[in-house]
Amino acid sequence: MARVVVDVMPKPEILDPQGQAALGALPRLGYTGVTEVRQGKHFELEVDDTVDDETLEKIAEGFLANPVIEQWTIRRIES
Amino acid sequence: MSARIGVITFPGTLDDGDAARAARYADAEAVPLWHADEDLKGVDAVVVPGGFSYGDYLRAGVIARYAPVMNSVIEAAHKGMPVLGICNGFQILCEAGLLPGAMVRNAGLHFLCRDQWLRVENNETAWTTRYEKGAEILIPMKNIDGCYVAEQATLDQLEAEERVVFRYVGGNPNGSRNDIAGIRSENGRVVGLMPHPEHAIDALTGPSDDGLGMFFSILAGALT
Repeated sequence: MARVVVDVMPKPEILDPQGQAALGALPRLGYTGVTEVRQGKHFELEVDDTVDDETLEKIAEGFLANPVIEQWTIRRIES
Repeated sequence: MSARIGVITFPGTLDDGDAARAARYADAEAVPLWHADEDLKGVDAVVVPGGFSYGDYLRAGVIARYAPVMNSVIEAAHKGMPVLGICNGFQILCEAGLLPGAMVRNAGLHFLCRDQWLRVENNETAWTTRYEKGAEILIPMKNIDGCYVAEQATLDQLEAEERVVFRYVGGNPNGSRNDIAGIRSENGRVVGLMPHPEHAIDALTGPSDDGLGMFFSILAGALT
């Protein structure tokens, strides 16, 4: 068994209105100096030994992320 | 014999009832199609209606894209069956790869619910032959993930090939690239748009009957 972390983020050129809204709120909360906020998704998968890296890539590219608008990273965290 | 228009219901679909009603208004037979059933029941065309299939979990349209019925729709579309995706249905067709691009959150982050003017940019698709090119139509729009995006090369290709079918007029409501409200597939058989033609088929219940043209268009195409 292993834990796999997939982080999905909007591509840099894609407008991220949710991140911008968070960025816009920070000064109102008294936090200055934050120059950018991007909002994405974080997935944690528990997988058995039959799930290889190629399969994980297919899961990320074909399902967890939409390659048109998002990029992703896959990390294995051995347990 | 009347044309048979299939209307898909997924868990969380909202507008299958109105889509079926619109088909009947155009004197077509509305055929209910179920998400878990691969059988398209011999329909002449398919409407993928709006709503929040699977609660929009993960991404709008992505879970529905893998429903059994969509395997059949994708296969049929590749053989030329006309498919109309409305709102969430448009998102599903993009996720399925039948149409390019994707929808993201509206630029203003608001859920927009209003009657929206659109310009018909292309009247040579299976769903728009009954409109004049350049006609302006008023139909309802209601979504939060309605901002159409695609890579610049894809946008350039869509414009060059006249694949933008509907464009917002009177101001861009949601940040969609090139004011795009709806697009078509290369062969013009698959069309997707964010606003809801099925809600504009009778002045008694909608802002106009401008949406009916899409259903009459498919009827004319299916019977010739």
